[in-house]
Amino acid sequence: MFEWFGISSQALFGQLLIGLINGSFYALLSLGLAVIFGMLNIINFTHGAQYMLGAFTAFFLLQYAGIGYWWAIVIAPLVVGITGIIIERLFLQWLYKLDHLYGLLLTFGLALIFEGTFRNFFGSSGLPYTVPPALQGGQNLGFMFLPNYRAWVVVFSLAVCLTTWFVIERTKLGSYLRAATENPTLVRAFGINVPRMITLTYGFGVALAALAGVMAAPIYNVSPQMGANLIIVVFAVVVIGGMGSIMGAIVTGFGLGIIEGLTKVFFPEASNTVIFIIMAIVLLIRPAGLFGRGA
Amino acid sequence: MANAGRLQSEVIAFLLMACALIVAPMFAYPVFLMKALCFALFACAFNLLIGYVGLLSFGHALFFGWASYVCAHAAKVWGFSPELAIASGTVAAAGLGTIVGALAIRRQGIYFAMITLALAQMMYFFAIQAPFTHGEDGIQAVPRGTLFGFIDLADQTNMYITVLVIFLGCFLLIYRIINSPFGEVLKAIRENETRAISLGYRTERFKLLAFVLSATFAGVAGSTKALVFQLASLTDVDWPMSGEVILMTLVGGLGTLFGPVVGAFFIVTLENYLTTMGQWVFVVQGMIFVVCVLLFRRGIVGELAQRLRIKL
Repeated sequence: MFEWFGISSQALFGQLLIGLINGSFYALLSLGLAVIFGMLNIINFTHGAQYMLGAFTAFFLLQYAGIGYWWAIVIAPLVVGITGIIIERLFLQWLYKLDHLYGLLLTFGLALIFEGTFRNFFGSSGLPYTVPPALQGGQNLGFMFLPNYRAWVVVFSLAVCLTTWFVIERTKLGSYLRAATENPTLVRAFGINVPRMITLTYGFGVALAALAGVMAAPIYNVSPQMGANLIIVVFAVVVIGGMGSIMGAIVTGFGLGIIEGLTKVFFPEASNTVIFIIMAIVLLIRPAGLFGRGA
Repeated sequence: MANAGRLQSEVIAFLLMACALIVAPMFAYPVFLMKALCFALFACAFNLLIGYVGLLSFGHALFFGWASYVCAHAAKVWGFSPELAIASGTVAAAGLGTIVGALAIRRQGIYFAMITLALAQMMYFFAIQAPFTHGEDGIQAVPRGTLFGFIDLADQTNMYITVLVIFLGCFLLIYRIINSPFGEVLKAIRENETRAISLGYRTERFKLLAFVLSATFAGVAGSTKALVFQLASLTDVDWPMSGEVILMTLVGGLGTLFGPVVGAFFIVTLENYLTTMGQWVFVVQGMIFVVCVLLFRRGIVGELAQRLRIKL
C-alpha cells in the first residue's frame, strides 16, 4: 500500500474499482437501451424497473426455492426477458407507428407500476443477497485489496458486452438485425420475420438489464428503487455516447463509471452530478454525442 | 365563420371555468382548490411546450420546485412581501429555464426528454446538498405575509382569491401567446421544423423562448404553491413530480387549451382519495399512463372537443 497526493492507494483503487463496477452496469443498461431503440424506436423507461426485477428474481429464487447465484444468473434474465416479450406483444407493438414520445410515456407508466408494487410489499429498505461461496474472499494485490466477486462482475460484464457487440456487428444474425434497423420493409420483403425479430430484440435488451440486476444484488442489496435513479444516469450516458454505435455505448459506459469513481476520490461533493455535468459539456461541444451520427 | 365559432366556444368555456372557480369554495376546501389551481397552472405551462411546440420535457419539476424554494427562502429569510417573493421564484425559474433550454434544444425528440430529465436530476442533487433548502425537512413555516401591504394572506379567502387571480391571469396570458403570430410559428415548428427553417424562421430561437416561457409559468405555479402550503420541499423537485405534470396534461388532453386544467383537477382529486393507500398511488398513476397512451390519447378535453366538434 502506498500514498499518492495524500490519498492512499487503497482508497484510490478501491473507488476506481467501484467506478468500473458502476461502469459495467451503465454499459450493460445503455447497450440494452441502444439495441431496443434501434429496432423499436422506443426509449425503454422500464429498463431500470427490469434491472430491479432481475435482482428480485434472484432474491426470490434463493429465498423460496434455495436456488443459488449460478442458476439465478441464467434463470432471472430468462424470466424477465419473457415478461419483456409479453409486454412487447401486449402494449408496445401498438405504438410503433406513433410519435416516439408515446413509447417513453407508456414505459414510464409501466416502471411506476412495477416499482410501486414492489415498494408496497418490500418497503424501501434493501434486502441482503449473499455473495456466492465460490467468489467470497479476495486477493491482496499489494496496492489494494481486490474482492473476488467484484473482479468477477467487471470481467463477466465486459465479456457479455463484447459478445453482444460481436453478435450484432460480426454475425449473420446481427447483419439481419442491423438491416432491419435501417429498413424494416425491405428486410421483410426478403422473407425475414421482422415483427418476431423486434419482439425478441426487446426480450434480449430487457434480459441484459435483468442480468445486470442479478450481478448488482450482492453488491448493492435488493431494493425496489434500485433502478429508478440508475436509469436517469444511464439516460445521461446514452445522451453522451449517442445511440448509434454498440461499441460506443460500451466504451462510454465504462469510461463514465471510471470518471465517476475518480470524482469520488478527489471531489466527493460532485460525485452524484459529474455525469450530468459531462453531459452538459458534451451537448455544448458535440451535440450529437461522442459516437452519435446526427440528432 | 368557423373561426368565429371556435373563438366563441373557447370564450364560453373560459367564462364557465371562471364562474365555477369563483363559487367552488362554497363546495370544496379552499386549500384543496388552491393546490389544484397551482397544479393546473403548472400543467398549462408544461402543455405550452408539449402541446404547441411538440417538445416533451421530462424535467419540469426543476422549475416548479426550485421556484418554490426561492420563493419560500425570499419570504422567510429575506422577509420579502408575497408579491416580491413570487416574483423572485419566477425570475429564478426563468433563469434556470434559459440555461436548461439552451442545452436541451440542441437535441430533438427522445433525446430532448432524456436531457431535461438528467438536468433536473442534477438540480435535485443540488437541492439535497445545498444548505438553504434544509434537505429532507424542506423550508417550513413560510410566512404568507400581506399582499401589497394591505391584503392579509393568512386569511384563507384572501389567499384563494389571490391564487385564482394569478391562475386566471396566467391562463389568459398563455392563451394570448398561443394565438399570437409567435404561437403560430411554434405550431409550424411542431408540424414540420425543417419547413419552418426553410421559410426563414430561426427555429432554435423560437424553441428557446417557448421553453423559457414555459419554465417561467411553471415558476409562478411553484412559487404560489410554496406560499399556499407555507412549505418548499424535495418532493417538488424530484422526478415523480415531472411525471405527474405529464400525466395531468395527458389525461386532460395534450395541446388543448383547457385539458391541463381538467387533468390537474382530475389527478389532484384522485390523489386526495388515494392518500391512505401509500405506494399504490404510483401504481394507479402508472395504469392511467398505460390506458391513456393505448386507448385515450386525445385526453378528456380532446375527446369532448372531438365529440362536440368545437375547439377547447
